[in-house]
Amino acid sequence: MEIDNKTKEVLKEFSPQIENFNRRFKILSAILIAIMLFALYAFYRQEKEGHIITGMRDNVVWGLYIANFVFFIGISYAGALISGILHLLKVEWRKPIIRIAEFITVIATIIGPLYILLCMGRLDRLFNLVLYGRIQSPIIWDVIAITTYIIGSFLFLYLAMIRDLAILRDTPGLKIGKFRRWSYKFLAIGYQGTKEQDKQLEESITIMSAIIIPIAVIVHSVLAWIFGMTLRPGWHSTIFAPYFVIAAIFSGTGVLIMAMWFYRKMFHLEKYITKKHFDYLGMLLLIMAAIYGYFTFSEYLTDWYTSETWNARVLKKMFDLHQYGWWFYFSVLVGNLLPIIVIGIKKLRTINNVALVSAIAVLALWVKRYLIIVPTLETPLLPAQDTRMEWVHYSPTWVEWALTMGGVAFFIFAFMMLSKYVPIVPVSLVSKPVEKTEEVEVKPTVETV
Amino acid sequence: MKDKKVQKKKDSSRRDFLKLGVLAGGAVVSGVGLSAIAGNPGSTGEKVKVMTTDGKLAEVDSGMLHSCGSCSSHVSNEEARKGIPGRKFVMVIDLSRCKNARKCISACQNMHYLPKDKEWITVKLMQESEETAPYWMPKTCYHCDEPPCTKVCPVGATFKRDDGIVLVDNERCIGCKFCMNACPYGARIFNWEKPKGIPQEILDRPYNIESGAPQIFGTVGKCDFCPDMTRKGMLPDCVTACPNGVYFFGDLNEDTVTNGSETFRFSELIRDKAGYRFHEDLGTQPSVYYLPPVDRNFPVESGFKGLSDEEKAKYKVTDD
Repeated sequence: MEIDNKTKEVLKEFSPQIENFNRRFKILSAILIAIMLFALYAFYRQEKEGHIITGMRDNVVWGLYIANFVFFIGISYAGALISGILHLLKVEWRKPIIRIAEFITVIATIIGPLYILLCMGRLDRLFNLVLYGRIQSPIIWDVIAITTYIIGSFLFLYLAMIRDLAILRDTPGLKIGKFRRWSYKFLAIGYQGTKEQDKQLEESITIMSAIIIPIAVIVHSVLAWIFGMTLRPGWHSTIFAPYFVIAAIFSGTGVLIMAMWFYRKMFHLEKYITKKHFDYLGMLLLIMAAIYGYFTFSEYLTDWYTSETWNARVLKKMFDLHQYGWWFYFSVLVGNLLPIIVIGIKKLRTINNVALVSAIAVLALWVKRYLIIVPTLETPLLPAQDTRMEWVHYSPTWVEWALTMGGVAFFIFAFMMLSKYVPIVPVSLVSKPVEKTEEVEVKPTVETV
Repeated sequence: MKDKKVQKKKDSSRRDFLKLGVLAGGAVVSGVGLSAIAGNPGSTGEKVKVMTTDGKLAEVDSGMLHSCGSCSSHVSNEEARKGIPGRKFVMVIDLSRCKNARKCISACQNMHYLPKDKEWITVKLMQESEETAPYWMPKTCYHCDEPPCTKVCPVGATFKRDDGIVLVDNERCIGCKFCMNACPYGARIFNWEKPKGIPQEILDRPYNIESGAPQIFGTVGKCDFCPDMTRKGMLPDCVTACPNGVYFFGDLNEDTVTNGSETFRFSELIRDKAGYRFHEDLGTQPSVYYLPPVDRNFPVESGFKGLSDEEKAKYKVTDD
């Protein structure tokens, strides 16, 4: 494939990123690998000794793991929804950031379901899901939805990468190993940039971006129904599916902004990722914060106003400063209002501030996931008696924290490795001229009487 | 099922149940069980020394011995999933008689070889509001006719049988705990660790769905209405172990329930004593009925007598 000068120029700019493994990279990798190894050790202990070494007990049978699961599936929305929609709308400014978004999606969709596995008492019987699967169970809905989602988001990322892989294959003089060169050749599946190939690829990407949007919505709705389908206060809510979907877009946007900020700093991408990106995505974050806040308000207001006993007991724990109060107010007030205020006021809307409030919002959303799961389970219908204190009051153990940190470390590590493999900014896209959008020309009609 | 209430054979079955009641075992002793209820079971006058599961020697009348329920059940998995034909089991718990003697709990643990910290039955001290009177309420699995737990099981490891019993197949269960969240009553218990304090001989036995023993690490367990006993026409162990006759067990088709020494027409008992089901509003249609705590046999405080410190502590737990 002939590579034009513009592309060569852009690639030259990015080649050090994929060629050099500098000291900073190595140290960071070592730290992350150490965390992941520790998480593996925690996993080994859990499998050997059983879930008794976690903080979970009868009553609170789900804890940190499920909160992490919902959280990671949530942030995977960055690539799926945001980059899918931006692609369909042919938004020009998406080009430098879509790969970051799609990386988030693919990595998060792999990590998320791992936490469900960690929550299973008998991992060795995983295959029973295939042997005896019952379509009536929301868990099977989840299995089907998430596997589709993983495959879909992989395809979406891969299709969007083919052009860059072909460019890397056909660029001589890159200081990379033999195997890596071969892998570019293999993965580029003979893309030569002919007109026909180009058209096919473009069509495939468009189709995939159209498919991935409903799949993403379904995945998070089904996930919300795992909670919604139970007779539990705080879970049994009709609003849950859209509430979870909005929370997911909210956190996905937040993580995307954070990742953009990091890469911009680390790889000096100021030329590509500009203030405009932070402004636009910041606006999206603001809108999502507003919708999410609206859902939250509506959910808690209705529960609080009627104060049905079982609901009221859960709410009391949320509002009580001696229990989950601080966390609750942090997640719904700080995590929700701060992005709206900071991004809403033009003076405050700097790149650093947008990234900072994104980080706060993401943290708040993680806390909210925890608050959705734990207080509900700590509030059984029957009085908590003839039971044990630790069964009713959950606090995660080192095993759960280690595996949580392991997931975060894996997320960052996978991100680092992937961005060493292909340029984090799609070279083929940013070197291309502005896409022609199909604008409908409105001809003035002259009415003759 | 309910429509097919069979009225015939009432009398004979009542006699059967009476007989069963006195025969049914409390503490299961290496291959044999012995009746824990008072009464006069075919006494032979001959005393036999047996060892209980907690290692104590006990002298019992040889007439009280009967073969162990859980160890001789030879029901195929398929049969165990279907249930006992023509039956619809029901339980009535008389709250006016309960004084938290906790014999049901230990009998259940013995019967199912559960470690001491695993209770399939709990006894709650209920008090609906400040002004209402407190009372003791034993809680088993309610074996609902609309079980929310079996609905959500991804692998069909927990299921509803034709005879009304909700069972768990511990060999199929993947341990996702979804059923535990689906059950609003908290009837389900997870096997968080490898069983402690259970003889290796028991653990080595082949697993049996109907006896629920031995419980398998990493899976969910719960009260199972002792289907291995009922299959043999015997009463569940909690029923026979209760010194106060709180538990009545029977068949809705036969319209009969018994606690081993007294037998009632189920419909009459529920009608006369204003029986009810716990939280009817949840729509789960439990198979366990309660008789309200009126004209009580014991003052509520007597339930704290004879409790160990550990047991007392369990009533100081709150979810606040």
